[in-house]
Amino acid sequence: MRRSLFLFYVVLVIAGLAAPWLDIYPVYLMTLYSFAIFACAFNLLLGFGGMLSFGHAAYFGLGAYLTSWMVTSQHWDTIPAILVGMLAAMLAGIVIGLLAIRRSGIYFAMITLALGQLVYFVCLQAPFTGGENGIQGVARGTLLGLVSLRNDIAMYYFVFGLLVAVFLAIRRIVASPFGQVLKAIRENEPRAVSLGYDVDRYKLLVFILSATLAGLAGSLKALVLGFATLTDVLQGTSGEVILMTLLGGAGTFLGPVVGAGIVVTLQDTLSDRVGSWVTVIIGAIFVICVLAFRRGVVGEFQAWLDRRRARA
Amino acid sequence: MSEIFGYPIPVILGQLMLGLVNGSFYAMLSLGLAVIFGLLGVVNFAHGAFYMLGAFAALIGLETFGVNYWFALVLSPLVVGIFGIILERLLLRHLYKLDPLYGLLLTFGLALIFEGVMRDQFGSGGQGYPVPDALQGSFNLGFMILPIYRAWVIVASITVCLVTWFVIERTRLGATLRAATENPKLVQAFGINVPLMVMLTYGAGIALAALAGVLSAPVIQVSPLMGSSLVVVVFAVVVIGGMGSILGAIVSGLALGMVEGFTKVIYPEASNIVVFVIMAIVLVLRPAGLFGRE
Repeated sequence: MRRSLFLFYVVLVIAGLAAPWLDIYPVYLMTLYSFAIFACAFNLLLGFGGMLSFGHAAYFGLGAYLTSWMVTSQHWDTIPAILVGMLAAMLAGIVIGLLAIRRSGIYFAMITLALGQLVYFVCLQAPFTGGENGIQGVARGTLLGLVSLRNDIAMYYFVFGLLVAVFLAIRRIVASPFGQVLKAIRENEPRAVSLGYDVDRYKLLVFILSATLAGLAGSLKALVLGFATLTDVLQGTSGEVILMTLLGGAGTFLGPVVGAGIVVTLQDTLSDRVGSWVTVIIGAIFVICVLAFRRGVVGEFQAWLDRRRARA
Repeated sequence: MSEIFGYPIPVILGQLMLGLVNGSFYAMLSLGLAVIFGLLGVVNFAHGAFYMLGAFAALIGLETFGVNYWFALVLSPLVVGIFGIILERLLLRHLYKLDPLYGLLLTFGLALIFEGVMRDQFGSGGQGYPVPDALQGSFNLGFMILPIYRAWVIVASITVCLVTWFVIERTRLGATLRAATENPKLVQAFGINVPLMVMLTYGAGIALAALAGVLSAPVIQVSPLMGSSLVVVVFAVVVIGGMGSILGAIVSGLALGMVEGFTKVIYPEASNIVVFVIMAIVLVLRPAGLFGRE
């Protein structure tokens, strides 16, 4: 890692640590971080694996539902409940991943969309999800019985810590030999096959990893806001995470975090004022992104930095 | 014998009939998707939104301008088709050289925009569209009651689908179209205006979706959200049928509609998901789709 980048990360972490002491609503930041984890997980699949999933809300929603259910009905503590949520997302990721990687490109997108819709209908009808009402009143519990997470500040550091951990884990995964093979597959799949790599195994593994982390994001979101609802598994949520990643910059590390920040902030500030126009605005950002801004905010910034360095 | 597996035959037939009506919409939409994908290489996520716009065009036409059903059948696909062409010229055109995923994302954005605007104008609830006078009432077939309008929808959509199939597979125009799908540069070299053809094909695909929208207006509630759930099912239909085949799109659309109807009788809870389950099974057994070639 270059020194300037390292310093930049340090500044970001310090800002993150200081944030609760500034006058920012902590629940807003925690929601933002949950979606940032979601987008990072999605980016692992799209940006580094080259696979566009249109059904990632399924894992996010399963994480949210299972964690909420463990907490409200089974009275489990926070960490084990989160692990159950991640496990559910992982299992769904294994099944859906096995099916979806049989095709690639747009078919992959359509298959994940359809299977995501399947998960939605299952959640709509399953007895434990509370149907249209969802699961309400999810208590945050404690951190291994040591610290109560009811306190917003404690919960904030917990979520922030997990975001940093996920971020670093993804950097590590991408830099590993596994990540390099993944990039090779993204760039030229037939070539990777001819080099003797078991392409399907790599694709499946990254799919499962991404689904599991998406489940973690869903679990955290449910704990932060105290509920899990059908919105979490909805097609629209899958679209949102695509937008976050695309807008921030797919295939960059910081892009999904930036994208999540922009989208969550937009929704937070606009939803009271413009009602259903939020959908229109999100759609318009999609169109602009695809037409004029394909590298995303961070991607364009990096390209600009590179051009400047090349000139100097 | 008035029962099969313990279910009364009229109930089964009634649901199969409803399924066939839905299947006609699946067929028309997946047909349009297949044609557009063949020539443009774009998976049109906005297809469901155009279907919704078609239904709304009919509704608005009737309420505001007094345009009756029969004129709406022509006007609504025309208006929505032209709208589609404008979007193709303004936006989609720029994406042809890129990964098809960008086309999918762009049209997804468009679908969100249309849905949002319509929801702002008309609310999320559904609105009824009256069945035209000439098609009211029903036939009594002895073993079941067949509403005339439903029979009309099925006959009309199958006819439209077959005509489309005929044009593409059996006429000179269709041959040129297929040639342009294979090798646009060569076809262009023969003096055929390929960009114009691409534009009109997109318009025609959209018009098909809008026509399905008008046909569906009297049988379902016209609402801004009617397209977004449908398009997911249609995608599954396309995966099952294999996008390369026109006839495959039609047959799988109709068949899956009927399977869905039948599931409503024997296990209603699964009727929403049966198409997706079938898709999963097809992916395991024949990943390229039933009619597809790898």
